[in-house]
Amino acid sequence: MSSVSQYFSGLFTGIRSLMKGMSVTWVELWTKKVTAQYPENRDTLVISDRFRCELTMPHDTNNEHACTACGICVMNCPNGTINIVSEMIETADGKKKKILKQYTYDLGMCTFCNLCVVTCPSNALKFENTFENAIFTRSKLVQTLNHEGSKLREKKKETPAPVAE
Amino acid sequence: MILNYSQPLEISNLSAWLDTTLRSNLSEFWTLLIEFVLVGVLLLAAYAVIALVLIYVERKITAFFQARFGPNRVGQYGLLQSLADMIKILLKEIIHINKVDKFLFYAAPFFMVGASMMTFGAIAFGKGLQAVDFNIGVLYVTAVSSLGIIGVLLAGWSSNNKYSMIGAMRSGAQFVSYELSAGFALMTIVVLSGTMQFSEMIHKQEYCWNIFNGHISSIIAFFIYLISGHAETNRGPFDLPEAESELTAGYHTEYSGLQFGFFYLAEYLNMFIIASIATAVFLGGWMPIQIKGWEAFNQIMNYIPSYVWFFSKTGVLIFFSLWVRWSFPRLRIDQLLNLEWKYLLPINLVNLLVMVILVLTGLTLTDLFPSWF
Repeated sequence: MSSVSQYFSGLFTGIRSLMKGMSVTWVELWTKKVTAQYPENRDTLVISDRFRCELTMPHDTNNEHACTACGICVMNCPNGTINIVSEMIETADGKKKKILKQYTYDLGMCTFCNLCVVTCPSNALKFENTFENAIFTRSKLVQTLNHEGSKLREKKKETPAPVAE
Repeated sequence: MILNYSQPLEISNLSAWLDTTLRSNLSEFWTLLIEFVLVGVLLLAAYAVIALVLIYVERKITAFFQARFGPNRVGQYGLLQSLADMIKILLKEIIHINKVDKFLFYAAPFFMVGASMMTFGAIAFGKGLQAVDFNIGVLYVTAVSSLGIIGVLLAGWSSNNKYSMIGAMRSGAQFVSYELSAGFALMTIVVLSGTMQFSEMIHKQEYCWNIFNGHISSIIAFFIYLISGHAETNRGPFDLPEAESELTAGYHTEYSGLQFGFFYLAEYLNMFIIASIATAVFLGGWMPIQIKGWEAFNQIMNYIPSYVWFFSKTGVLIFFSLWVRWSFPRLRIDQLLNLEWKYLLPINLVNLLVMVILVLTGLTLTDLFPSWF
């Protein structure tokens, strides 16, 4: 190819490729924008169930939780996020028993690693996907997870498995 | 008080009324003084307001090109965003840097703003809305707009910073090269319309815009002017003087607060000025679309005020420049100079020759079809 024809073919291929690029951006200009508009789309917002935002202690309708105050979560927590206050009581049949008095969780210290939930022997803890946790005072991040007046859920009497005859 | 009832919305009605009242009550000196001050204040206000609007429009269109929404939190549709930004930049501290050339460092932003302000005065915003209308208008605009580069070079030199210096030198090389192309493209149209005065040039385009009148040659000149205007304002694919990945921010790296604001303002206004000169020279300026013989149609078009025509034509060109800006990757410095010296300049020279031949042999549209245009 001579240099003259090279000059002109280069010029025209250049122009054509520029036009092609502009047509792509032109199409992009009119495509529907999919950006999620957060505060407005609260009603339709879907957060995955597995998303870990806030530690909770599920209570049932009788205001009973499953925490035995064993302290395994406290030991497993890498940040010292959890603090458990327990007390010893004596049950009606004379046995000594440790019960939960206050379960404190500091959201500001939490790394959401899920170790407390994984290691809990009685499945008393759960991470919820309620993500709007921002507040203006740091002290409000420290939460008490057990509800007022709640108590340990009694274990159901284990019915012995029917023995095969 | 003379009201032009066929064009009720023109601002020139108001200005003519103001002029006659002032003249009937005051002496010549005071009339002129008041009018000069008024024009100056109005131009400065328009300068700021247009910049604010442009920044908003640019951010919004940019966002849409990138599949985003752009500013939409401050005010309805984010309309107050650039106002808020302006307030912020006015309140920001100007950081004084120790080892700069103090005088030049502080003078540089004013060169930028001054140059674009002087060009701004020569723009015909509408019928009778032109502050400076020399008989060598095109020459004046080309000369004055080049002063801006002195501001850039001063900023780069006085900042005592290698990034700023490299940015300024790149900008200088780019500006000097592309000024040539822009000048030749304008010259092509000067050959076609036979005048350098903007008002006369616009009046001649009443029935046939220059871009159609000189057909092939005009269209080439139009695109060359847009490309080189783009390069002169350091925008779009030609923004390598401030290539942030290489030079942080180029020549205005060391500037802060309102001084940076001046550079920012001048950059946006230069985009507007390039678009409005292209409008005046190629697209008939503030002239409404008029077709010879269609009196009713022309009348309706005349009802739309001339400044609306001007701003919509300019707006189309600004949109075009944004479209280009967000479509193409940034050029390398050698590619930039190649484009100018190997492509635009030779094409431009040939184009100028073609235009001369078109005009001399009577092949322009107005010569070919005198009854239509």
